[in-house]
Amino acid sequence: MVRRILEQAYLWLLLLLLYAPIFIIVIFSFTESKVLGNWTGFSLKLYGSIFQTGAHHSLVNACINTVAIALIAAAVATLLGSFAAIGIFHLKGGRRKAVEFVNTIPILNGDIITGISLFLLFVSLGVTQGFTTVVLAHIAFCTPYVVLCVLPRLKQMNPNLYEAALDLGATPWQALRKVILPEIRPGMVTGFLLSLTLSVDDFAVTVFTIGNQGLETLSTYIYADARKGGLTPELRPLSAIIFVVILVLLIIMNRRAGQLKKN
Amino acid sequence: MNRLSLFLSARKNWVLPYVIFSLVFVVLPLLLIVVYAFTDDAGHLTLANFGKFFDHPEAVNTFIYSIGIAIITTIGCIVLGYPAAWILSRSRSSYAQTLILLFILPMWVNVLIRTLATVALFDFCQLPLGEGALIFGMIYNFIPFMIFPIYNTLQKMDRSYIEAAEDLGANSVQVFWKVILPLSMPGVVSGIMMVFMPTVSTFAIAELLTMNNIKLFGTTMQENINNSMWNYGAALSLIMLFLIAATSLFGSDGKESEKGGGLW
Repeated sequence: MVRRILEQAYLWLLLLLLYAPIFIIVIFSFTESKVLGNWTGFSLKLYGSIFQTGAHHSLVNACINTVAIALIAAAVATLLGSFAAIGIFHLKGGRRKAVEFVNTIPILNGDIITGISLFLLFVSLGVTQGFTTVVLAHIAFCTPYVVLCVLPRLKQMNPNLYEAALDLGATPWQALRKVILPEIRPGMVTGFLLSLTLSVDDFAVTVFTIGNQGLETLSTYIYADARKGGLTPELRPLSAIIFVVILVLLIIMNRRAGQLKKN
Repeated sequence: MNRLSLFLSARKNWVLPYVIFSLVFVVLPLLLIVVYAFTDDAGHLTLANFGKFFDHPEAVNTFIYSIGIAIITTIGCIVLGYPAAWILSRSRSSYAQTLILLFILPMWVNVLIRTLATVALFDFCQLPLGEGALIFGMIYNFIPFMIFPIYNTLQKMDRSYIEAAEDLGANSVQVFWKVILPLSMPGVVSGIMMVFMPTVSTFAIAELLTMNNIKLFGTTMQENINNSMWNYGAALSLIMLFLIAATSLFGSDGKESEKGGGLW
């Protein structure tokens, strides 16, 4: 019994440590002080000023850029990766090994290598870096994860189903839509969500591919801000909002997963 | 049109767009790192970039220091994460799932915000920023990546092995070292890969947690690229790539012996 209590205490202590920094940010989003850790009374002013038009234009812009880049990159990566997974599944021997090896490169590489290598690519090609280059870079490091999410679903699928559909007169396109797609959809959804989070969270790849045309994402904004010494106080309510949104999304997703299992 | 549909009906061809994309955005950039690393500004072949690295004690020291920090972080993650994974694997599965979710949740908050939150925590507790903060911040950022794969292998482990060892007279210490740990090794190895590789190449986190007092190798690489020393920066990247390749070889060795320890 004592052991059980100790075990649970350990888990919750670890969780408390993990969440302590986030709690501090959330708590101090309700006060006006410029410096974090300095309580100057309860206030919602910081929340108000995020939504004030024009006041923190660049911060809001950075947020919009981050979301736009993540959505485009995740959508393209999901499409590209799903087709690739179907292709890889039907490849044999050496070719398959080669493609699978190339697929693991961006995962193993570490973001900084991916970032620098893409930077060198864009510089060598003479491409002006900006929104497009960031999106391309994000597709490059997200697609491998989509492939890894979709491939297992294909392996579980009955290989005769597709042939059966063709024998019964379906065109390859119909067979893809009606047979393969429903089977791999859960993998695609997981891959898409994973890509979204990877993209939103990314800093290293973005900072090397974003160029100097004034484009900012949340990560580069915070980085530039923190280097200047102070942290814009409005980042606190913004982080708190992001955290709550993610919390709600995860709870909903978890509920849905639980219901699916029950059915 | 007919030829196109014929081409598409062979499903292995569907991989082609991705292959072309990967060649341009994965393979070619890596080759460029090699090209830049072995040439000078004028494009002549040279080894000077590597010479510069080995001549600079500062750069070499940063490199070794970064590896040291990454090793300490990895060990810290194992020591703190293994017991957590073990306790989770023995809990009711619905309860364990919820807790796992709670462990992963902070990962969805932007890494820089998390790091700044750590800085805030240290300020709040009036602890000095520096090496201690750096290691805390790194463990804080990466421990979920250690808990998750270890939990996966422990959960799949056949309980009867433990019971058999106990029946045969092993005490709990022996059971752990001779049965549980070896069987969960694939999870530990994937955990090491997922923690060591990102920590060794990390940057920005270190600057923020130590008020720019401690420099890691990632920062050195970024500074050189930013200052237009592309060739030297590429050489440093290549050195990092070798380290990553060596670590992945170590990882794949462990994985081949027993499948299914991965995160996926």
